[in-house]
Amino acid sequence: MTSVLEIDGLTVSFSTPDGDVSAVSDVSLSVEAGECLGLVGESGSGKSQTFMAAMGLLADNGTATGEIRLDGIDLLSANEKKLNTLRGERIAMIFQDPMTSLTPHMKIGRQLSEVLIEHQKVDARTGRARALDMLNRVHIPEAERRLDMYPHELSGGLRQRVMIAMALMCEPEVIVADEPTTALDVTVQAQILDLLAEVKDNLDAAIVLITHDLGVVAGLADRVAVMYAGRIVEQGTVGDIFALPAHPYTQGLLACTPRLDVETEALVTISGQPPNLQNLPSGCSFHPRCKYVVDQCKSERPALEAMDNGHIRACFRPHVEVAQ
Amino acid sequence: MSDAFLQVRDLKVHFPIRTGGILIGEYTPLKAVDGVSFDLNPGETLGVVGESGCGKSTLGRAVLQLIGATDGVVSWLGTDLTSLNKKELIAARENLQIVFQDPLASLDPRMTAGDIIAEPLRNYRPTLSKAERRKMVEDMMERVGLLPRMINRYPHEFSGGQCQRIGIARAMILRPKLVICDEPVSALDVSIQAQVVNLLMDLQRDFGLALLFISHDLAIVRHISHRVLVLYLGKVMELADKAALYATPRHPYTQALLSAVPIPDPTKERNKDRILLTGDLPSPLNPPTGCVFRTRCGKATELCASQTPELERAGDGQDVACHHWKD
Repeated sequence: MTSVLEIDGLTVSFSTPDGDVSAVSDVSLSVEAGECLGLVGESGSGKSQTFMAAMGLLADNGTATGEIRLDGIDLLSANEKKLNTLRGERIAMIFQDPMTSLTPHMKIGRQLSEVLIEHQKVDARTGRARALDMLNRVHIPEAERRLDMYPHELSGGLRQRVMIAMALMCEPEVIVADEPTTALDVTVQAQILDLLAEVKDNLDAAIVLITHDLGVVAGLADRVAVMYAGRIVEQGTVGDIFALPAHPYTQGLLACTPRLDVETEALVTISGQPPNLQNLPSGCSFHPRCKYVVDQCKSERPALEAMDNGHIRACFRPHVEVAQ
Repeated sequence: MSDAFLQVRDLKVHFPIRTGGILIGEYTPLKAVDGVSFDLNPGETLGVVGESGCGKSTLGRAVLQLIGATDGVVSWLGTDLTSLNKKELIAARENLQIVFQDPLASLDPRMTAGDIIAEPLRNYRPTLSKAERRKMVEDMMERVGLLPRMINRYPHEFSGGQCQRIGIARAMILRPKLVICDEPVSALDVSIQAQVVNLLMDLQRDFGLALLFISHDLAIVRHISHRVLVLYLGKVMELADKAALYATPRHPYTQALLSAVPIPDPTKERNKDRILLTGDLPSPLNPPTGCVFRTRCGKATELCASQTPELERAGDGQDVACHHWKD
């Protein structure tokens, strides 16, 4: 299988009055067609900014270096005009908050067909018909009537379905879903997760699922990458990451997540707080919170090393000692 | 009955919403909380779960009388809080505290951490000397895991998790008997959530507190609560001991809610049976007749549309409001 989207040595930094801040440092990732990659991390870990860079959506004070290739086309060096021919058509994004990411004064039908009119030069009537078809495919009830509604007339769950429909309009090769269910209630989240699973099974698109929720990743992703302080600390198949987590941070995250299926006595915690990106700890960024820390961790940064089954991790401690 | 700690009986909070009229408005009551009853005992945690708009926060605030009740009784140590005047209510609140969801927004940005934590002492223990007060604040900071030398810092200098610790210290400094926690960890990262949950559980054990823990996160509620109350559109669907609720949920809504929570285990998550609810929450201004859940319920019959189910005993320590829980 060849990768549709490849990220190589990506670094994203923002210039601020207090100096430059690196939100993403030396990140390399790839996604294949038909595969779902879960990108997990806490706030500020750089998981969203990695793909905002890929979409050319960084804030004005942000710069990205490295390479991001969509089917061989370098996205970082592409100009706005070139990007506009790719975004929506070949790479699409589903955002967290469907209220603020839909245009409030545009009817649903027009918002959906706009993508087609722009990219495939179809006429308005065909656009509307395909929009209706797509609303049915994402299981929006009374789809015909919804075409003439405005976003505020829909509930949060329906709006998120419209967002997903919009991303699917041109059948893109890559779909980036950034916390697609975080703003939703749990029963609505379950509906949307089912829809995303259906999309994954029926389309040959590569899906990137950015989330802080390990349960969401467990249900959808084929591979998982874990980010901490702007770097990938571990990556592997979903089975390996949940059953044999090899980085102390991944283990900590799994242990401190309260679970519905197991009765726990006391929650395991990761001591301390996520680091300030402006003032990162020396060596391994996780060392002040790590219970396996040794002197080497404080002075040197561990590189990602390969283990079995495409599983990689960045940690100096031998895997057997870290595994619980 | 009379020696109970907190007794809430048929509590109703209705907000008048203007729905028409030009000069003289026409109002429809929005029934945020509609006939909720429960007891809470010392040292016990009652989890309140439900989706947005189910009235769980309004319920918490109505217990403290931060929002006036339309009807019903909130009996605290034998006194009905809804009948007290402002002065009596302020006196009663010495034992009733609250921790809010947004850790930064609930702290005054122009007060230092020390002043924020000391404020309840200044209000309720005015005879304390400055040195005594400072000592108590420093002890409490240490207790909640803040460094006492940070006493003169302002909220913006703390992280989200630390701000929540300040909020908890403020709520605990008077050693209250009941603390309402309104989504206290929802705004925090996973690794910080666990720290704050453990802190709340430690404090509860040490001080013998009763907690009303309001949250939409069923996994955290399972971890922290002794009993759980499930709310939907302002009404109690199920009220049960934790073990019973999570092992054998009786109400179709509780069952759907529990099956919807993603489990961080790929094998379990992919193989579990999910009960998918259709549709969305109905408008609280125009709730369904009879059982409010019936429009999304797979078991709904004509009976559900005509008759509102009352809470009935479904098992040891488990009450459920459903006509069809036995089916």
